[in-house]
Amino acid sequence: MTRPAPSLAALFGSFFVVGISGFGFVLPWARRMIVEQRQWLDAEGFNDLLSLCQLVPGPNMINMCTVLGDRFRGPLGSLAAVTGLISGPMVLVMTLGVLLARASGIPMVAHAFHGLGAAAAGLVVATTVKIARPLLLPRAGTARNWLSIVVALLAFIAIGLLRLPLLWCLAALAPLSVGLQLARARL
Amino acid sequence: MQDYLDLIAVFGRLGLLAVGGVLPVLPDMQRAAVDVHHWVTASEFTTLFALAQSAPGPNMMVVTLLGARVAGVGGGVVASVAFILPPCVLVFVIGRIWQRLRGRAWLGDVQTGLTAVTVGLVAAAGYLLVRTAGDDATALAGIGAATVIFLRTKLHPLWVLAMGAALGAAGLV
Repeated sequence: MTRPAPSLAALFGSFFVVGISGFGFVLPWARRMIVEQRQWLDAEGFNDLLSLCQLVPGPNMINMCTVLGDRFRGPLGSLAAVTGLISGPMVLVMTLGVLLARASGIPMVAHAFHGLGAAAAGLVVATTVKIARPLLLPRAGTARNWLSIVVALLAFIAIGLLRLPLLWCLAALAPLSVGLQLARARL
Repeated sequence: MQDYLDLIAVFGRLGLLAVGGVLPVLPDMQRAAVDVHHWVTASEFTTLFALAQSAPGPNMMVVTLLGARVAGVGGGVVASVAFILPPCVLVFVIGRIWQRLRGRAWLGDVQTGLTAVTVGLVAAAGYLLVRTAGDDATALAGIGAATVIFLRTKLHPLWVLAMGAALGAAGLV
């Protein structure tokens, strides 16, 4: 920690601004606020916090607010940071949702959402390519991790093609995948 | 009241399964909202997801939108809290013992194992969205073009989403 612990109001207010700034991708804004503007963490501390938040289930940004809020102000700090992050966007999307429900009968609006849906689908396909690339094309000098590729394929088949329940797939695949990687690293 | 209980049952379970974010649970969320509870149709689900992507905030806003669709503002709040509370408690506890955990070699292997599952699940979410949003040849072409733009350019995603909406409104996608 490079500065005195921020107040509950500062936690709420800072994450409120982050919440209404980032469109779907809040992380870069959070990093800018936490590391550069407020200097609550240095770059290394931020990366350490991020690796924790990516390890635990749940939306990464919500996890980050929970842990950072707790470090500064305990459970109430977590509450202030999380509510700060999501209150603005929640009010906004629910308002948009009501407007959408009213306007959905207008053909032009329905068509606009058809196009928007296509762009959003493209966004998720692009995300898939981005996170699959390091698995398929590892950096020079690192061996391709075939176990990861097989597990990813199994997860895709189970959920995407067979539409099996996620709970059972994760209960089977997550321990299997983690166990295989632990074994791979030690053999 | 029953609506609230249904929302809590669905989203309270999904939050802890969100390994690597919201996208991995999207297929299961769609099944619960469309096939099991009939809250929305498959294409409405895609629309709500697209709307959540185009609005500020974390992409879990699709949860808020679904909750609001089912039971108004109260539903939006109940669904969101049910979704984030269990992972918040978990990360809160792990956050407090993180000083002792971090830097351990096995954590990297755990992360590698979980990432592999996440990649497969995000691919499944992408496949599902392509199947519902890409309902004709022009829509499929639009998805392909958007994918290439996202991957090949530094254009802000919001512009691509706005272009999609504009082309759609013009009747081109």
